[in-house]
Amino acid sequence: MKNSMKALFAAGGALAAAVGIGAMTTPAHAQGKTITLCWAAWDPANALVELSKDFTAKSGIGMKFEFVPWTNYADRFLNELNSRGSLCDLIIGDSQWIGGAAENGQYVKLNDFFKKEGISMDDYMPATVVGYSQWPKNTPNYWALPAMGDAVGWTYRKDWFARPDVQKDFKAKYGRDLAVPQTLDELRDIAKFFQGREIDGKKVYGASIYTERGSEGITMGVSNYLYDYGFKYQDPNKPYAMDGFVNSSGAVKGLEAYKELYKCCTPPGASNSYMSEGLDAFKSGQVALQMNFFAFFPGLYKDPNVGGDKIGFFSNPAATTQATQLGGQGISVVSYSKNQGEALQYIKWFSGADVQKKWWALGGYSCAKSVLNDPSFPDSAPFAKEFLKSMSMVVDFWAEPSYAQLLQAEQKRVHDYVVADKGTAQEALDGLVKDWKAIFKEEGKKF
Amino acid sequence: MNDLSASSRITYGAVPVQPAVVRRIRGLSDKALAWLFITPTMVLLLAINIFPLVWTIYLSFTNYRANRANAPVKWLGIDWYQTILTDPDIWAAMQVTAHFVFWTVVIETVLGFGLAFLIDKKFRGHGVWTTIILLPMMLSPAVVGNFWTFLYQPQIGLFNYVVAFLTGRPASSFQMLGDVTLSPWAIVIVDAWMWTPYVMLICLAGLRSIPDYIYEAAEVDRASKWRQFWSITLPMALPFIMLAVLFRGIENFKMFDMVNLLTGGGPGSTTEVASITLKRAAFESWRTGYSSAFAIILFVTVFGLANIYVKALNRVKSR
Repeated sequence: MKNSMKALFAAGGALAAAVGIGAMTTPAHAQGKTITLCWAAWDPANALVELSKDFTAKSGIGMKFEFVPWTNYADRFLNELNSRGSLCDLIIGDSQWIGGAAENGQYVKLNDFFKKEGISMDDYMPATVVGYSQWPKNTPNYWALPAMGDAVGWTYRKDWFARPDVQKDFKAKYGRDLAVPQTLDELRDIAKFFQGREIDGKKVYGASIYTERGSEGITMGVSNYLYDYGFKYQDPNKPYAMDGFVNSSGAVKGLEAYKELYKCCTPPGASNSYMSEGLDAFKSGQVALQMNFFAFFPGLYKDPNVGGDKIGFFSNPAATTQATQLGGQGISVVSYSKNQGEALQYIKWFSGADVQKKWWALGGYSCAKSVLNDPSFPDSAPFAKEFLKSMSMVVDFWAEPSYAQLLQAEQKRVHDYVVADKGTAQEALDGLVKDWKAIFKEEGKKF
Repeated sequence: MNDLSASSRITYGAVPVQPAVVRRIRGLSDKALAWLFITPTMVLLLAINIFPLVWTIYLSFTNYRANRANAPVKWLGIDWYQTILTDPDIWAAMQVTAHFVFWTVVIETVLGFGLAFLIDKKFRGHGVWTTIILLPMMLSPAVVGNFWTFLYQPQIGLFNYVVAFLTGRPASSFQMLGDVTLSPWAIVIVDAWMWTPYVMLICLAGLRSIPDYIYEAAEVDRASKWRQFWSITLPMALPFIMLAVLFRGIENFKMFDMVNLLTGGGPGSTTEVASITLKRAAFESWRTGYSSAFAIILFVTVFGLANIYVKALNRVKSR
């Protein structure tokens, strides 16, 4: 009996071990150590799993991955960090987390490590260093290695644009050729033109844009309009002074333009759309234009139904100026990790020029100048040129420790105005200034 | 137990209890034994319920933030309570909650009692129908939230097609979840769909507890069916109905998961019930002190209302 029980436990243990180190792990070799990397569950994460096999082969350190869908990503990992959990040794955390993670001691400061290993932030695109790595911003204090460059861009149905009948109708209506929009007004015209039009016997719609209420969706969408019309988070000469910058007349126009696009040209039921809803709308052939992060573009280009010759890409068009919302993340070592040495080894390996090159080839967006400034880069993928252009004009949301509160306030004010028709754009932005002032006051900021 | 001799061998189920154990237990007084049995439960209750409650009350008077555990904790007195009770956004969330609780309870009670009344008639196949009716309440709220999101989809959703079929209005001309007027009703419909069977079950228990001889006596007195319903069925089932109202009222006051999945509180803040506001403050903004104060306010509200209601229920039962 005892022997059979022992055998049973041994078999169970073996099975549990086999299941425990399942599909999301790469085998550990000589060293027998395994580290866990936490990120969002999306296409680039799969590319990273593939890429990390080289690290395991080279170092003998096994890799385990904890990927969480975007809708739960912030909740899950901020909970983990705030409860001082040691689940993640490495984390690819959102750019807005950097202030809180740095000030609350959740990330390991990397300055000494970078110096020791000869990793220079001059080798990375400046916008990604500021956005993903530095806290306080624009100071040489580094908490992450820029890992995944990203920004909001647009896709369009190139095949629909190329149709002679569509071209003819558009020219008759707007007096110009149907082409990639250069301004947000042109984009609205195109979206209006396609809204409700029949293509191949199917009713299609203008554009899929971000309107999600629960997490960060509508803020990530509306920012592309606000920035283009002159919105600024604060007075460049007086930190946290927001009057006349957040609620400037330009910002009001930007907010009104976003609402106009939502009302005129989105598919029915698009009142709570974010990344995945946009992908669904575009992939199912519902919309002519789609707002989404560049990270999804390699996957869309490969899509058998709407990819290849049928899809085109462009960066956020201009209004009075031109800018776009920064996405993307840096990779950090979690200060509660028991495997910090191995995690730092991973970062060192990841910063290598060859690894960065392969990262881009597999579908990840490298932030390294060695990749992005290579003369062949703009032609290396159909969206590469637009990505480069976008990364030169990105603006990010607040990265303060209180970013989540600031984000919630904008989500509420903007959704109330754009989707729920509450008040005017001026009232929404004035209200936002009031909310943000109250949050900063609670934080003890002087302005 | 006192009748057992020390040498006897007692068996509870299949486990034999040794005489030495019996001797030890016999050495304890009834009171000591009672304490022995309830102590684990008391300890668990203290650890899981009472301590967190006391701790939450303490935190509600401070500026503590769970994501800044090293920051100094400042005593704020009743500042958070004042802030919350004078915040128009909080009152808006309470109004949304009140609308949701009131209408779901009314609809579920009326439909639940009606269904129980029909099922109680024991027609052919009533068992199968009972099982079918009970299916929605067996589903997880997460599943319900997700599939109703699809049902409400203006272009492919079954709900819009049914409404279109009945009214002649195009299916994609209205959106249940994205419209300020319709979205509060959209969540009421889903909750009623899911929880009416639960109310039905409780009401059915009430109807089945009414002795047949009362109806037989009423028949002898030539009371009409209508009179029997008003004078026998409804008064005798009322304590059960009130119990169902209490359970659903408390549950819906703290409703979170389904609303979060269906609308995320939107459009704007149209369906932002109090628990969504609380969750955002507690686990997105990490304003632990503030959210503790809000949680205490909600707790006192539910506890107070439930107490008043239970007193009314007891009065009805003692009639």
